[in-house]
Amino acid sequence: MVKVDIELCTGCGVCEEACPFGAIKIQDDVASIDERCNLCGACVDVCSFEAISTQGLRKTGGEGNDHKGIWVFAEQRNGKIASVVLELLGEGRKLADKLGVDLSAVFFGDSVEMQTNELISYGADKVYVADAPILRDFNDEIYSKVLVDLINEYKPEIVLSGATAVGRSFIPEVSARLETGLTADCTALDIDTERRILLQTRPAFGGNIMATIICPDERPQMATVRHKVMKKAIYDTNRKGEVIKKNINGYGVNLRTKVLEVVEEIGETVNIAEADVIVSGGRGLQEPKNFKLIEELAKILGGAVGASRGAVDAGWIPYSHQVGQTGKTVCPKLYIACGISGAVQHLVGMQSSDVIVAINIDKDAPIFDVATFGIAGDVFEVVPALIKRFNEIRG
Amino acid sequence: MNIVVCIKQVPETTSVKISKDTNTLMREGVKSIINPFDMYAIEEGLRIKERFGGRISAVSMGPPQAEEALREAVSYGVDDAFLLSDRAFAGADTLATSRTLAKGIKKIGSFDLIICGKQAIDGDTAQVGPGIAEKLDIPFVAFVRKIREIGNHSIKVERMMDDGYDVMEITLPSLITVVKEINEPRMPSLRGKMKAKSIDIPTWGLADLEIGEDKVGLKGSATQVIKVFTPKRGGRREMLEGSVETQVGLLINRLNDLKVV
Repeated sequence: MVKVDIELCTGCGVCEEACPFGAIKIQDDVASIDERCNLCGACVDVCSFEAISTQGLRKTGGEGNDHKGIWVFAEQRNGKIASVVLELLGEGRKLADKLGVDLSAVFFGDSVEMQTNELISYGADKVYVADAPILRDFNDEIYSKVLVDLINEYKPEIVLSGATAVGRSFIPEVSARLETGLTADCTALDIDTERRILLQTRPAFGGNIMATIICPDERPQMATVRHKVMKKAIYDTNRKGEVIKKNINGYGVNLRTKVLEVVEEIGETVNIAEADVIVSGGRGLQEPKNFKLIEELAKILGGAVGASRGAVDAGWIPYSHQVGQTGKTVCPKLYIACGISGAVQHLVGMQSSDVIVAINIDKDAPIFDVATFGIAGDVFEVVPALIKRFNEIRG
Repeated sequence: MNIVVCIKQVPETTSVKISKDTNTLMREGVKSIINPFDMYAIEEGLRIKERFGGRISAVSMGPPQAEEALREAVSYGVDDAFLLSDRAFAGADTLATSRTLAKGIKKIGSFDLIICGKQAIDGDTAQVGPGIAEKLDIPFVAFVRKIREIGNHSIKVERMMDDGYDVMEITLPSLITVVKEINEPRMPSLRGKMKAKSIDIPTWGLADLEIGEDKVGLKGSATQVIKVFTPKRGGRREMLEGSVETQVGLLINRLNDLKVV
C-alpha cells in the first residue's frame, strides 16, 4: 500500500494534483488515499517532504536468470514485412548494443527465404524462422504456440513487437501464457544497463499522461511498440546472420482457430496507422460528397484520409478511418484537421502528431488548443486554396 | 447460449480537463461510466441472447463503486452481475487482472462465449481480453467488427485489421473482443432500470476465488509503473491571419520550414 506519514505530511496538496487516478484528498491537512489508488507512485515522486512511501508490498530484486538477447517479432502480411519491424530492428540494435547481446528477429510465414535475408540486412544477428503454409496468414493460436515454444527454448530477455492489429492481438496471449509482463503501445524504450531492465514508456488516458513501466522480475520483458516513433534500421546487404529453423510439424493439429479469408480493404488509400500525413474531415464538411476535398488534399500530400467520430457516425466515411478514442490513435508527422471542432475524444487520438494544422470556421474551437498552426476560416475556401497552391508547387 | 460480458468502470474522459497552469489532469467531479467499448460488448451479448436464448452475465473487477457500472449493465438487459472486489486486487496489471477475471468467470458457471470491449479508454492496453482467454484456455479473436454466424460448436466472425479484415472461425466456448463498428448500443429499458435498482450483485473477494494472494493485485503483477509524467507538447500554437491566400501561403512556408511536406 501507499502510506502517508502524518508526521511529515504538511497537507500541501501537491500529491492530490499529481495523482492520475484522483485517489488522493487532503483531509484535515493530511493527504488521504482511497481505493482508487493504483500504486503508481506518482505521489511519492512529487512529495517534497518524503511523507509518502510505497514500501512493503512489491517483490524486490530480480533473480539472476539465464535469459539473454533481444528479439523482434517480424510481422508480415501477404509476405511483406511490416514497416514497424524495421523500426524495431533499429531500436533493438541500440538496446542490444547497450546490453552487449545479440539482436534476433522471429519470422513466421510461408516460403520466407527472401525476407529472412532482408531481416539480416536490417541488422538481425539471428533469425528464428518458422516456414510453413499454415503460417502464411495470421492465426493467433498457432502463432502463440510457436512463439511461446521458441521463447521457452532460447530464453530471450526482451521481446518486442509492433503495436499493430497482429501484435496487439496475439502478444498478450503469449505474455499471459509465459506469466510475464507486457507493456502495450510503447512510444519510447531505454535500458537500465545496471539491472538489465527495459524502461518502457507509453501514453495513458489518451496521451494526457505518460507512464514509464518496468517488468523487474519476470523474463522475458515484453512490449508492443507504436509505428513511427523509432528510427528505421539501416539496410546493409553485407551483413551476415545466422538462420535458425523451427520445425513446426504437429503444430497444425486440432487447432480451434481457423483463418477463412483475408480481405484487404483500404487498397489505394493509405492505412492511417502507418501514414506520415493524415488529412482528416469532420462534421464541418456538412455533406458526404465534400469528403472529396479531403481525399484530394490527402492524395496530393501522399497521405491518408482520417475522420472524426461525427463524420463516421453520420455515415460519410467508413469506421476504419475514424481517429480518436473509439477509433484509432495516430501519430503522423503532419495531421491536418479540416472542419473538426476537436472534442476531447478526437484530440486524444491525434494530439501526439508532430505537426498539427487545424482549419475551422470557429476560432474558439478546441482543436486550435492542440494545433501547431491554425487557420480560422471556411474549410470550403481554405482547403481548395491549399490544393491549388500545392498543385502549383508540384507542377 | 450462455454469455459473459466483462466490463470496466472508467472515468468519462469528456469531462477530464487539463489544467492550463499545471498541465495535469483535473479529475474533480469526473463522472464514472462503463468503458465505451464494453457497451458494444453488452449490446452484442444482448443481441445473441435475443436470437438464441440463454443467460447473459456481466462481471467487473474494481473498487466497490464499480457496482454502479454493473447495475447500469443490468438496466440494458443483462440478467445477472458479479463484482470482483478486494483490497488485495488493487494495483493489478493486465496479467493479474486477467487471472482474477478468469477465476471469477469460472465461478459464475458454464459459458459459451465471453465478450469484452476491445480495450478500456483509461489504460488502452487491449491486453485483458486475450489474457482471460489464455487463462481459461479457450480460443479468441480480438477486434471483432461483425459476427457472421453462430453455430452449435463454433462462430464465424470478421476481425478488423490495419489494412482490412480477416474472416475467422473459432470453436465454442471462446472469447471475442469487439470494436465500435459491430453495433449500436440500445438505451436502457424501464424494466431494466427497475431490475437494476433491486438486483442483488454478489461481491467476490480473494477468499471466494480460489486464487493465491501472490497472483492478484500488485503482488501478482509482473509490471510496475515507476514514473508518471505529463508529455511535453509542441505548444507552438500560431494562428495564421490575413486573407485566405495569405493564410495558405504562410501555412505552406511554415510546413516547408519544418520539412513535413
